[in-house]
Amino acid sequence: MQFRHKIAGGDFSKAGNAASSVKKVLNQLNVDHSIAKRIVIALYEGEVNVVAHAYSGVVDVQIDEKQIKIIITDKGPGIADIEQAMKEGFSTASQQVREMGFGAGMGLANMQKNSDFMNISSVPGEGTVVELINNVRPYEG
Amino acid sequence: MKIADIIETLDLKLISGAGGLQNEITGCYVSDLLSDVIGNAREGELWITLQTHQNIIAVASLKDLAAIILVRGLTAEEGTIEKSNLENIPVLTTTLDTFSVAGILYQLIKKK
Ligand SMILES: Nc1ncnc2c1ncn2[C@@H]1O[C@H](COP(=O)(O)OP(=O)(O)OP(=O)(O)O)[C@@H](O)[C@H]1O
Ligand SMILES: [Mg+2]
Repeated sequence: MQFRHKIAGGDFSKAGNAASSVKKVLNQLNVDHSIAKRIVIALYEGEVNVVAHAYSGVVDVQIDEKQIKIIITDKGPGIADIEQAMKEGFSTASQQVREMGFGAGMGLANMQKNSDFMNISSVPGEGTVVELINNVRPYEG
Repeated sequence: MKIADIIETLDLKLISGAGGLQNEITGCYVSDLLSDVIGNAREGELWITLQTHQNIIAVASLKDLAAIILVRGLTAEEGTIEKSNLENIPVLTTTLDTFSVAGILYQLIKKK
């Protein structure tokens, strides 16, 4: 199963819509709550990053019996130093975004914690691609 | 302990999300940074904050939080109220400040 969701940069009133629609689909597919919860949290942070830092984006979701794969692709300023961006506390969020309680510099770290695999690739001046993969079954043992 | 049990003690007024009033409270988290709540709050906790925009409902729902308490008499934005009713996450407001609400809750929860 495969579907796509658009994200509008700058529009915080719609931030979280992609995550909440993916959550509904995972519920319908009877994916275990704790497994769905992690991937939806990671997606939410990624979606908010597009809204806060980029101009527009799309979320592609692929689900099969083994894994959930989410690819967030945006057009935006990109990330020049990914290692620095991953550090907890690092943020380039604007004052306005910070006043809303975003900009703690914890989003990417939360995404890492809530995914089994995460990869970021970015071209400064063009945009960023974040790939997230979570296993559908809990680890055994 | 349920939300209904603390309304009087904390001088709470329910703004929206009455469907979640029977949610069991397991603890409390105080923060105005959304990603901090996502990273560190735990399921069933009450969230005390001064953020009033609709993303607080998204965060509370993602983390399965029991309810949100707005401090200092703050009111929720229209979109927050709508989402809170949809997701059955109670949003309450108190005239008390963060220090007082957290202090009272600490006593109540520690006793259990
Ligand atoms: N999609 C993106 N496009 C451009 N820059 C990004 C993107 N995602 C993250 N960044 C950069 O990486 C930094 C760290 O991101 P992270 O999500 O960890 O924190 P934040 O978004 O600043 O704050 P928080 O997520 O805690 O609200 C951002 O401040 C920004 O500079
Ligand atoms: Mg972020």
